[in-house]
Amino acid sequence: MSSKETILNSIRENTITSTIKLPETNIPHISYENKNEKYAAALASVGGNAVWLEDGDINAFVAEHYKDTEVIASTCKEFTNETIDANKPNTPHALENVDLAVIKAQFAVAENGAVWVKNPENRHRALYFLAKQLLIIVDKNAIVDTMHEAYEQIEFNKSGYGLFISGPSKTADIEQSLVIGAHGPTDACILFV
Amino acid sequence: MKIGLFIPCYMNELYPEASMATLKILENLGLDVEYPTEQTCCGQPMANTGCAHEADELARRFLKIFKDYDYVVAPSGSCVAMVRNNYAQFLDGEEGFEHLKTHTYEIVEFLHDVIKPKSMNAKFPYKVGIHNSCHGHREIGMASMSERNLPEFSKVKSMLSLVEGIEFVTLKRKDECCGFGGTFCVSEDAMSAAMGLDRVNDHVNAGAQIVTGVDMSCLMHMQGVIDREKLPIKTMHIAEILAGDL
Amino acid sequence: MGHPEAAEKFIANDERMHWHDKALWFVREKRDLAAHGIPEWEELRRVAKQIKTHVMSKLDVYLEEFEENAKEKGIHVHWAKDAKEHNEIVLKLLLNRGAKKLVKSKSMLTEECHLNPYLEENGIDVVDTDLGERIVQLREEAPSHIVLPAIHLKKEDVGTTFEHFLKTEKGNSDPTYLTRSARVHLRKKFLNADASLTGVNFGIAETGGIVVCTNEGNADLGASLAKLHIASMGIEKIIPKIKDLAVFTRLLSRSATGQPITSYTSHFHAPVEGGEMHIIIVDNGRSKILGSQDFKQSLNCIRCGACLNTCPIYRRSGGHSYGYTIPGPIGSTLGPSKDLSANKTLPFACTLCASCSNVCPIKIDLHHQLYKYRQHVVNAGLLATKKHTILKVAAWVMKHPSLLDFGGKIARKIVPIMPRSILYSSANIWGKKRELPKFPKNSFKELYKQHKEGKK
Repeated sequence: MSSKETILNSIRENTITSTIKLPETNIPHISYENKNEKYAAALASVGGNAVWLEDGDINAFVAEHYKDTEVIASTCKEFTNETIDANKPNTPHALENVDLAVIKAQFAVAENGAVWVKNPENRHRALYFLAKQLLIIVDKNAIVDTMHEAYEQIEFNKSGYGLFISGPSKTADIEQSLVIGAHGPTDACILFV
Repeated sequence: MKIGLFIPCYMNELYPEASMATLKILENLGLDVEYPTEQTCCGQPMANTGCAHEADELARRFLKIFKDYDYVVAPSGSCVAMVRNNYAQFLDGEEGFEHLKTHTYEIVEFLHDVIKPKSMNAKFPYKVGIHNSCHGHREIGMASMSERNLPEFSKVKSMLSLVEGIEFVTLKRKDECCGFGGTFCVSEDAMSAAMGLDRVNDHVNAGAQIVTGVDMSCLMHMQGVIDREKLPIKTMHIAEILAGDL
Repeated sequence: MGHPEAAEKFIANDERMHWHDKALWFVREKRDLAAHGIPEWEELRRVAKQIKTHVMSKLDVYLEEFEENAKEKGIHVHWAKDAKEHNEIVLKLLLNRGAKKLVKSKSMLTEECHLNPYLEENGIDVVDTDLGERIVQLREEAPSHIVLPAIHLKKEDVGTTFEHFLKTEKGNSDPTYLTRSARVHLRKKFLNADASLTGVNFGIAETGGIVVCTNEGNADLGASLAKLHIASMGIEKIIPKIKDLAVFTRLLSRSATGQPITSYTSHFHAPVEGGEMHIIIVDNGRSKILGSQDFKQSLNCIRCGACLNTCPIYRRSGGHSYGYTIPGPIGSTLGPSKDLSANKTLPFACTLCASCSNVCPIKIDLHHQLYKYRQHVVNAGLLATKKHTILKVAAWVMKHPSLLDFGGKIARKIVPIMPRSILYSSANIWGKKRELPKFPKNSFKELYKQHKEGKK
């Protein structure tokens, strides 16, 4: 018998719980009067910052806020001042020295400061974690209240990779002292356009 | 209404005053109370140590003694929790068990839920810290727990608030365990004592003169720590405060 | 050494014990704040429990659905009935691809399987990349907490460890400095790794993908650089639908650390370009628990660690005192499920305060399980004979009220006049750190009889 069969048989032999219905997961949930405000507060609490860009000029924003940044990669076509093409190298290791990655997110979640990032056109997902700083561009109308609405928009019918990012990487593994910047970016800015 | 007074075995032996106070509260309310003298132990120490066989025998004995009362009332959240939540394993289906299970009350809970007195005719001009004994607190639900996101309430505080002159202190940890834990107090004695000291210190630091609660076992344990460490505080069973025994 | 002895050792250092207790209570308080910020918190717990109960009623169906969907997405699926088979699969995957350097992110399952020593014996360079895990790995210790592996250590301990292994400045124990040093050290490991291994927080049957939650980004970085990604998953990690994640992601990190969500919640549904992704589905005794009415809910655990943080005993005895891979309340039921004899003191390392069951985001009946496990310990003849005898005698006395009355009477007469040296001899365990209660003149029963007489 294969291990698969052994395990499945053991499960079948041992299951004593009679089947109960899978519950509705989209339960009545909190909604925020001012989603932007809640989002900004939630993101701040996890060490990130949110900015609403009035004129939509991402190039200008980067020029102003990331002045001395040398290596800039982008997978966001609204931003055109990248210094390297993140999709060009054949291995992600080449992105080791990226100072700023400008990427797109599909929507933001007010309750927890997260953004949903799934960019099939981005060749190397390592970019999200190798870059020193992250600038994530989100449509200003794309904020949902909670994860319930978030998952209404997420599917994986095809293979791929997607993730929620909530602020910069962090750790509190040494005496519960919060340190921003563990293995991933040390800074994360969400730019609503 | 005929009430069977259930006095935990160790309270009968060691805490006659708190037990008498319980009786007095019920009698002062004009209730018909009887203490069946053949009662001993509900079996909790055995059950909590895994000795199901021994607990089973005592549970059966308990049912026989108490099944004909309209209510069973005890000055202990822990022993009531035993009857209400743990007896089912031994007594499910036995005649009179459903009634016993649903009509056994801790004294404060009984006052709060069943009798609902508007006043208590008691004075207690002291600063009091409430020890929320775990079994009364979480097993039989005498107050909202800090873990849950539900509306706040406390049957203990509601009843104590009827006492004139009483003042409550605010603890840093309002419902942490004192470490008594039944046979835990000797099987993990170092841990038990350390937890007890931490709990007492929370009350001392909050400025309490008296620690009160619904379980004498927790209070006995904390008093043991208080006496050893000579701390400026003492414990008192809640029945003694509510009975007006100054 | 059982839990009582290990706990006593930990408690002996009063300052450190209180430091440990406060550090974890702080996490519990952050959790409370987060949980109380969600009005539908209790409803989420109810739904989460229902989803898990549903899954456990047809786990075989969901595992097969998961496998099928994973394969369709080009992910390889392996089945391991026990730890040994799991470890062999990992080693074979590595060796067949000539992989020598493995970066790992947190996985309690691989701790349970003792994967690291096995791989090291077979010439693999294994690096734990979660900061806390790296610290304990360098110190050759086991994690003392499932979410905060190095919570038992002070920053000075970490400073000394890093000074030795990472050549950090002598005496510098600033957490930011130490974290940055670890970042530099581990960045090299990530870039040079041949393979990565991650745990799995959730496996989605509907999509065949897995979700991994981290704050540091270590699982994500590891799995997106190396060509080979291996994910070890216990059979109980399956959830039916992707939408179920709404419930679990809302509960998990709030319960764990009080954060609204982890920094990264990665949904892996494909290998990296030109790479391979393998998922190993591991039983290792889990399916057996499904068949236990008393303990099956322990499989619903999502490993948030909230029951550890709230447990007044865990906080004061540290994770290592449990002597099992997973400490705290959940470990005290999983340990005996694995090996009752070796873990027989764990169900008793508990006052039945029930805080754990109420803090648990999946509403696992933890303290009831520990209560029940005590009966299993007794039935297996594993309770200390002395303790068992005392309780048997006590129960016998309790069936004879007149005997109890007599004994009580004698005790109330004798105890007050006994010399302290005898009363507080070494046999009096209660009296080691506590005074005995003052024995009264009369029992309640005696007073009651007088009271009744007086009334007549």
